Amino acid sequence: MNDGFAVRVKNLTKHYGQVVAVDHISFEVKKGELFGFLGPNGAGKTTTIRMLIGVIRKDHGEASVMGYPAGSLRAKQLSGVVPEMANAYIDLSGWDNLMLMAELYRTPSTDAKKRAEALLQELGLYERKDSKTSTYSMGMRKRLLLAMALINDPQILFLDEPTSGLDVQSARSIRAMLRNLKKEGKTIMLTTHNMDEAAELSDRVAIINHGKLAAVDTPDNLSITGGRVYLIDLSFDKPVRSEVLAKLPGVSRLETAQAIEAADRLRAQMAMAGAGRPGGMGGGKGQMQGQPAGGMSPLAGTGTAEKPDSSRFRLYTENTTLLVTALVDFSRANSLTMNILNVRSPSLEDAFVRLTEEKSHEE
Amino acid sequence: MKSSFGIIDQTIRSFTIARKSIRIFYAKGPVVIFGLLFPIFLFLSFSIGRNMTLDFMMPGFLGMILFFTATSISPVVVPWEAQARTLERLMSCPVRLETIIMGDVLASFVFGTAISLVPIIIGLALGITISSPVLFALAVILAAICFASLGNVFSIPPSNVPATVNMIAAAVRFPVIFISGIFIPLDELPTWGQAISYISPLTYFTDIARNSIQGQSHLPLFVDFLALLGFTVLFLVVAMKMHQRTMPRRI
Repeated sequence: MNDGFAVRVKNLTKHYGQVVAVDHISFEVKKGELFGFLGPNGAGKTTTIRMLIGVIRKDHGEASVMGYPAGSLRAKQLSGVVPEMANAYIDLSGWDNLMLMAELYRTPSTDAKKRAEALLQELGLYERKDSKTSTYSMGMRKRLLLAMALINDPQILFLDEPTSGLDVQSARSIRAMLRNLKKEGKTIMLTTHNMDEAAELSDRVAIINHGKLAAVDTPDNLSITGGRVYLIDLSFDKPVRSEVLAKLPGVSRLETAQAIEAADRLRAQMAMAGAGRPGGMGGGKGQMQGQPAGGMSPLAGTGTAEKPDSSRFRLYTENTTLLVTALVDFSRANSLTMNILNVRSPSLEDAFVRLTEEKSHEE
Repeated sequence: MKSSFGIIDQTIRSFTIARKSIRIFYAKGPVVIFGLLFPIFLFLSFSIGRNMTLDFMMPGFLGMILFFTATSISPVVVPWEAQARTLERLMSCPVRLETIIMGDVLASFVFGTAISLVPIIIGLALGITISSPVLFALAVILAAICFASLGNVFSIPPSNVPATVNMIAAAVRFPVIFISGIFIPLDELPTWGQAISYISPLTYFTDIARNSIQGQSHLPLFVDFLALLGFTVLFLVVAMKMHQRTMPRRI
């Protein structure tokens, strides 16, 4: 059964004791597609990948890779794998690790040597090929793992967070390699916590949460349909009462500078270390829904610890035209100058947060 | 790219795994030195002061060296790989679990056999004679595979801490030394002692070695060989079945 799909998954399920790690998920990955597989920590991404590469057994459902049952020797022979948290053999050199993998995949020696040289050159490891990998940095080891996954010239790649925790150069090197592989027509299934990376590289993404698929679509479609809410970052020349601003027509939620910084910190942590859900769209300190502000002055002067005055805000709206017009009128009426007015489209990250939060709330 | 995935294909891949294991886990100075020294000192501690001839000492000494070396590293290879985070990558290669286990057993077999050659050569230099070298060589090979398989059985519990697995292995390895006719010939043991000795695979190798070097054995040779073969099959089957259950829990 080899029908244009590189991966077919139907009702795939895995339990760990009473915990349902993967709960009847179904999806397909087309041949030549780069398929992003996203989800918060513990959502079931790695368990799904492990079932597909044959490291753990499924409890229920069906899964095939390149037309063969997932985990079968034929499926494994056609696959390249970079498991999450995997390591190369640190007592072997980079070159010897590659040759070991080539032998395990029974790649002919001459082909293996040519490919190894090319891969090490492309990933910037050639100069250190004879050094033991115990002397490699984390970024170098990750790049070596990618080379090990490619030594057998696989038709499909399973990459479980290949850029997680890497320095900028190593992450860029791996992303560049993935782009090239995509151009070559390789099928790639990629898990990542980096939403920008997923949006940039993926043809389609699946979002898994609590073991269930929340959505499968292109990053653009998910951003639009999943996001819906636009973000407006603005800064005034003077502090403004947030409760007055929240009352403007079209404001569905408001964040003060404090909340924005906290959310940005969370987003940065998530990008760096895969820390799960970013902040920013949930309720919390420094956030408020639109509500009447009585007859108080819009300008600051009586701010409290609970309702701090601020000159910098992030507004969420489903109607940008209405809100931008209201903001201009508000500024004129109060002799304020807007130093920054930045309208941002919903991103994949916004969609991700929305979809994973929606699921959490439903449960 | 080969894609038959038959027995020959998987055997070739298991040799690759064995070479990898020998290089990474066995071919280390301290491991080789420990493999030789530990049985020597253990044996000396029990033989010094006792009136033993070289012909009597040699079979037991060989049995101990072979048993200790073939079971020394194999119990901790899988936990080491899991701890070093190389096991998942290995399991995702086109190899059966049985192939991984056979690779580890082969590595342990090579190590045990190679180390055992040292006392054999020393013994020959000191004047011992081996009456049937071919049978003796076969016994060394079969026993090395048997002990290596037993070593792999020790690694079944899904602990990724090598020290824990070593404790389990030690708890079995040391008692086995004392019930296998190494220090006291089987003929001199009481009936209940002989009955206990039959549950140890080392008993049968020591018996074959005594036949080859001393010219006398407690059991007929074919019984010794059949018993070693039976234990080998048993250990391999248990290792392969049980690792199927526990291996995925390591990652």
